[in-house]
Amino acid sequence: MRDVAIIGCGMTKFGRREEDLLELLMEASLAAMKDAGLDHRSVDAVYVANMGAGILNYQTGVASALVDRLNLLPAPADTVENGPASGASAIKNAFLAIASGLYDSVLVVGGEKMRAVTGWEATDFVASMTHRQGEYIYGVTLPSLAGMFARLHMAKYGVKQEHLAMVAVKNHENGAKNPYAHIQQAVTMEGILLRPEAVVNNPPIAEPLRMYDCCPVSDGAAAVVLCAAEKAKDAPHPAVHIAGFGQATDIHAVYQRDDPLDLKAVRGAAKAAFEMARLCPQDIQVAELHDAFTILEIVESEQAGFFPVGQGHRALEEGATRLDGKLPINPSGGLKARGHPVGATGVAQVTELVWQLRGQAGERQVSQAVNGFCCNFGGFGNNVLAFVLSRE
Amino acid sequence: MADLEGILRPPERQLPPYPPKSIYLATGEQMVVRPAVREETSMLLEAIAPLLYVERDFYDIVAARTFAELLGWKRYRVKDEYCLVGLIDGQLVGLVNGRTLSSKVGISYHTLALRRGLRVGAHLFASKMEYHIEILKQKYVYITAESPIGFRRWMLEYDLIQRPDIPHELGGVDVWTLTPELYHAAKDRLVVGERPVPAPLLKTAETITIPEEAQLVQQVTGRAKKRSS
Repeated sequence: MRDVAIIGCGMTKFGRREEDLLELLMEASLAAMKDAGLDHRSVDAVYVANMGAGILNYQTGVASALVDRLNLLPAPADTVENGPASGASAIKNAFLAIASGLYDSVLVVGGEKMRAVTGWEATDFVASMTHRQGEYIYGVTLPSLAGMFARLHMAKYGVKQEHLAMVAVKNHENGAKNPYAHIQQAVTMEGILLRPEAVVNNPPIAEPLRMYDCCPVSDGAAAVVLCAAEKAKDAPHPAVHIAGFGQATDIHAVYQRDDPLDLKAVRGAAKAAFEMARLCPQDIQVAELHDAFTILEIVESEQAGFFPVGQGHRALEEGATRLDGKLPINPSGGLKARGHPVGATGVAQVTELVWQLRGQAGERQVSQAVNGFCCNFGGFGNNVLAFVLSRE
Repeated sequence: MADLEGILRPPERQLPPYPPKSIYLATGEQMVVRPAVREETSMLLEAIAPLLYVERDFYDIVAARTFAELLGWKRYRVKDEYCLVGLIDGQLVGLVNGRTLSSKVGISYHTLALRRGLRVGAHLFASKMEYHIEILKQKYVYITAESPIGFRRWMLEYDLIQRPDIPHELGGVDVWTLTPELYHAAKDRLVVGERPVPAPLLKTAETITIPEEAQLVQQVTGRAKKRSS
């Protein structure tokens, strides 16, 4: 199996965008190709991560349309749909294609245009990935699943509302330093939790989760260019290697799991990624976790092995996950502030790690980052991918 | 001519003043909510004008109607109108307006947030309801909505009573009413703010400033400036 490197990355600003989905995908793709020093003759294949253009934008065959727009014909092109983990799945497919020797360089781009519909419709669209008979027909949405999950976790491990708010405050602070973030606005603990006004500033969404515990609905795209490591030497920037990846699945309906708090797929994906990289959680200097809801950042940080189970919130209290902490988590602002265009998120996580490992993250740069980790959480933890990236 | 103006101009009545309050926002900024005076309408109209062409979230229709209502107030063509403004460091971040139909009935006109994502509109609408119910002591506030956001904020959050028998003066749509009972049931979770406003903070809200047009449209539409790398 050949080593695989990331030689280019780019993304659009996340948020509410006027452009259509293809324009967003093109913008990110061209930025990544330029960053990689590639022209249209150098891309062997294209993988496009997208969860719902067919539903949200009444557009299918996105990959086929994109290669034509980018003048990459006749490059093979596929759309990869794996819910909110579509981005990481697309990168995985590109990795396998290069590692196998089939292709030398592959463009992966993930994107979503979610603000084309109302917030209610977007919530319903995302809920369509829940168990049809066991969850969806009863009105389950992702916020409601996360609310129940948070309540259970808080009862078992002593996590309090203020810990959830700490995640939001930290990630908004980071997002304010990220020019690509959907929300570039810091918030205060007083404003979202402690002051009487917080009841209006930060209203309940699915208790105990409040507005600032939930990611926004975003448009945006992110792209990376992968190539065989031996061919990465001529790239304009130092290559970042995909040292390891892992993927695991879990029971679809959350209520059917032995312990709903046990995110086996997160643990399995992280373990596989670390084993492949021959690294352990202590070797990681920066992580991007899938904080679609604040509680998930805390739990993923435990299940990935960074902190003991039930202790993630303690690490948060100690400031370990801040930009200047022992293990900065979500320097990009995470899904919470950078935003969550579902198909783009996994690619955006990898893009942020590449920038961090290259030392190009500007105000949010983590010092001396050599190895990075990311976790892209599909469904409600029933299909999860993790990557370990290392700089040369 | 003066006689004709007397016919066209509704009789003036001094409405009880809305006592200013301060609201601490998620960002840590403090918004002062205070009544606007007629002399400030020109500036308010200038702030609203760029939004007449913003289709997103029905800003165009809300801005156009608010513009007309405030112009009507400025030119003495609306009876018993008032306007509350939300100011952060003196900059206009939102406004609400309405009028009284009678001593018992108030009419809610419009709510316009010029800075979004901070619940400015929700805070200002709540202030407006506070004015009608707690200051003017009215029994009913007639409300309607022209956008899905408005419907969600007012009709659902306040659990308003639909009154198909009463047309709203903004058009043919149904009136939804707020009563003192509904207001007080919702007050704990929707109506906030501190009084009195400390003098230094109140001073920052004495003079209204308005954002540059481009900034205003960006704030309202959330339209991201292109950026890629």
